[in-house]
Amino acid sequence: MIGAVCKAAGSLQYKTGTWRDNRPEVTDKCNGCGICETFCPDSCITIENKKCIIDYDYCKGCGICANECVRKAIVMREERK
Amino acid sequence: MSTISVIEGSMAVAQAVKACRPGVIAAYPISPQTHIVEFLSQFVADNEMDTKYVRVDAEFSAASAVYGSSATGVRSYTASSSQGLLLMSEVLYAMAGTRLPVVLTGVNRTVSAPITIQPDHQDTMALRDTGLIQLHVENSQEAYATHIQAFKLAEDHDILLPVMVCMDGWILTHSFEPVKLEDQEKVDEFLPPFVPKYRLDTKNPLTYGAYADDEVPEFRLMMHFAQERAKEKIEKIAREYEAKFGDYFGGLIDTYRCDDAEIVMVAMGSVIGTLKDAVDKLRKENIKVGVLKVRSYRPFPGEEILSAVKGAKMVAVLDKSLSVGQGGPLATDVKAALANKQAPPVLGCIAGMGGRDMSMVLIREIIEKSQKAITTGKIPDIEYIALKRQYLE
Amino acid sequence: MVLAERENLLAAGHRACPGCGAAIALRQILRALGRDTIVVSATGCVETFTSPYGMSAWEVPWIHSLFENSASVASGVHAALEFLREKSSVVVISGDGGTFDIGMGAMSGMFERKQNITYICYDNEAYMNTGVQGSSATPYGSSTTTTPAGKASFGKIQPKKDMPAIALAHDVDYVATASIAYPQDLMKKVAKTKEIYGPKYIQVHTPCTIGWGFDSSKTVEVGKLAVETGLVPIYEVEKGKPMVVKKVKNKKPVEEYLRFQTRFRHLLKEEQKDIANQIQAICDKNIERFGI
Repeated sequence: MIGAVCKAAGSLQYKTGTWRDNRPEVTDKCNGCGICETFCPDSCITIENKKCIIDYDYCKGCGICANECVRKAIVMREERK
Repeated sequence: MSTISVIEGSMAVAQAVKACRPGVIAAYPISPQTHIVEFLSQFVADNEMDTKYVRVDAEFSAASAVYGSSATGVRSYTASSSQGLLLMSEVLYAMAGTRLPVVLTGVNRTVSAPITIQPDHQDTMALRDTGLIQLHVENSQEAYATHIQAFKLAEDHDILLPVMVCMDGWILTHSFEPVKLEDQEKVDEFLPPFVPKYRLDTKNPLTYGAYADDEVPEFRLMMHFAQERAKEKIEKIAREYEAKFGDYFGGLIDTYRCDDAEIVMVAMGSVIGTLKDAVDKLRKENIKVGVLKVRSYRPFPGEEILSAVKGAKMVAVLDKSLSVGQGGPLATDVKAALANKQAPPVLGCIAGMGGRDMSMVLIREIIEKSQKAITTGKIPDIEYIALKRQYLE
Repeated sequence: MVLAERENLLAAGHRACPGCGAAIALRQILRALGRDTIVVSATGCVETFTSPYGMSAWEVPWIHSLFENSASVASGVHAALEFLREKSSVVVISGDGGTFDIGMGAMSGMFERKQNITYICYDNEAYMNTGVQGSSATPYGSSTTTTPAGKASFGKIQPKKDMPAIALAHDVDYVATASIAYPQDLMKKVAKTKEIYGPKYIQVHTPCTIGWGFDSSKTVEVGKLAVETGLVPIYEVEKGKPMVVKKVKNKKPVEEYLRFQTRFRHLLKEEQKDIANQIQAICDKNIERFGI
C-alpha cells in the first residue's frame, strides 16, 4: 500500500514456532488458571475448557509459561528438529 | 464576491489557509514566519476558523503533530523558516515517505552560521530531496493562490505528498500589497473537503510507519512517480484556478518575454518581479532578454525549461543559495536539464544570498557577463554577483 | 479476572526475542485499553518487532514515525480526533530511550498542553534495539555496551533518572509505575487512564533477557525481584489523591536481584562491594521514601 501503510495482524503469516529449541508441554496438572496466557509474550496460549492450549506455530519456547505455572503443569522438553 | 485589500504577505497566506479550512494547525514561532501563525491563531481565537491550533514546543513537534493529524485524516497545515525547517527535516522525510498531504509554508531565510534573519533559499534547498513538492511564489497574490492550489495538489490521490509553498521572508511576508481575497463559497467549490485514501481509524485498524527491509527502493520510487504525475497536475490545477478566479501565475514555470530572447534569466521567488522590470528597461535598449520563473522546484520542470530557452544564446541562472563545493543548486539543475540536448550554455550566478539586494545595476552586470560569455565562448563555472571582497579576508 | 478475559490485541507472529518483557507489557496494555484505541510508538524494540511491512502484529490502529516525536505525533492525532468529534483513546507506547532521553522535550510539551493522551513508557533500562547501550534509565552500576564494566569502571556511574517525578512536576492528572510481573496491577492502572481526562504517564518495568543477561524463562521472576528488593517502586499518583504504593511484606536483599543478571554480576566481586552496597542503599531509600 502507498506510504508503507499495511493491514492489521499480518504477522500471523510469520510462524515464529521455527525459532524454538525447547517445547512446552502441558500435563494433566493444568487447571486452566490462565497465568501462562497472561505472561506469554507471544500470544500463543489460549485457555479452552479449563486447559491451556499452546499454538506451536508461534511458540518460541521461551519457557516463561513453565517457569510461572503455580502447579508446575507445564514442562519444557528439548525440541526434536 | 472577491475583495481587494492592502495586506501583509503573511496575512495573504493566513487568509488563504483560513479559506482552505484545515482541521489542525501546529506551529512554532520563528522569524519571519511569525505573522502567519499569529494571524491564524487569532482567527481560531475569534472563532473565524473551525480549527484545532496545536501550540507546540519546537518545530520538530510542529511537523510531528501535523504528521499525526494528517494520518488521522484531517487537513493539516504548518509553517516555518530557516533553522525551524531544518529542525523539521527528519520529520518531513518521514511525512513524504508516509505520503501525508500536509501543506506547509517555507518562509525562506538563510541558515546559520553566521546567524542572520536575512532571506535566501538555503533553508528550503536543504529539504530538496525530502520528497516534498516545492512551489516558489513571486508575490503575495501568488502566495495566496498557491496555498489554495497546494492543498488540492497534495490531497489528490494520484499525488499524496506534502507540498511546501516557498516565499521569501520579509520581502514577501512583511510587505503590504493589494491582494484579492476570494469568496469562501468559490474556494469551497475549488477545494472540496479532504477525503483521505486511508487514515488512523479504530473501525479499520491500519499500521502506519511499518519497518521495511526489502521494499525501500520501490517506496522511494513511488514518491518519484507521484512527483512526475504532479508535473501535469500543477499545470492543470493552476489552469482550474484561473478558470475559477481569473488569476494565473504559471504552472511549473512562467515566462516573460522569452520568445525572441537571446539571454534568458532563470530564477525563483520574489526577485522575479525585479527581473521583469529590468527586462522591460533592457528591451528598450534593444537588449533581447527574458525571464523564466521556476515556480515548481520539485518536481523540477526540465523539459519545460528546455523548450522555453532553446532559442536563446545564454541561460543565466540566479541562485539565492550555494551548495558548498558545487555551486548554485538551481543552476546545477538547469544544467542537468539541458545536458545532452540542443540547448544554450548556462551561466550560474550566485546572487541575492543572505538577503543581498538585487538592483538594476546588478542585473545589468549579469547581462554584461552573459554577453561577454556569448562573445568569447568562455563560460565561467560560477559568477558571484555583488561580492563584497573586503569580507573575504 | 475480568481484565484477563479481554481480547488479545497483539497478534502472534511478532518478532520479539523469546521471553521479551516488552511484549508481555504490550499484551497486557492493549488488553486493558481495548479496540477503541490509537497507538503511537517511537522507534525502538516494540516498533521493530511488531511492524515489519505487511506483517504488523497490531490489531489497533498504530502509527510510528520517528524516535523522538511520539508524544507530538499523538498530540496531532488527538487534535484531529477532536476536530472530527471522535473519542478514541490516544496512547503513546515508547521505550525508555524515546522517553527519558531523545523524546523528553516532546513529552514535556504534550504534558504541558494538557491533552487527553496516555503516555506509556516500557522501561527496559537501555537502548536494547541498537545493542544494549546505556540510557538515562539505565540503573546505577549496570554494565551496558556504552557504560561497560572494566578495570577502571563499575558500569554506569549515574543513578536512573526519576522520570515519574518529572511527569509529576508537570502537574499531570495521573502518574503510575508498574511492572509486567504484576499484570492485574498494570492492567488496572492502564484501564484507569481511560476514566481520567488529561495527560497521563505510566512507566512499566520490562525486563530484557538479552540486555540484562538472564534466561528467557525468568523474565517475570526478575521483574518480581526488582519490586521485592525495593529497587523498582510501584505506585500511583492520581491528582488530588494520596499516593498509593505497592507494599512488599518480605523484602529481599538486592544481591538476589543483582546475581540474577549479567549486567550486574561484576558487582558481586569483593572489590565492587561498595557499589553493591550503594545499590542496596538506593533500595533502602526507596523503601523509606515510598513506604514500601
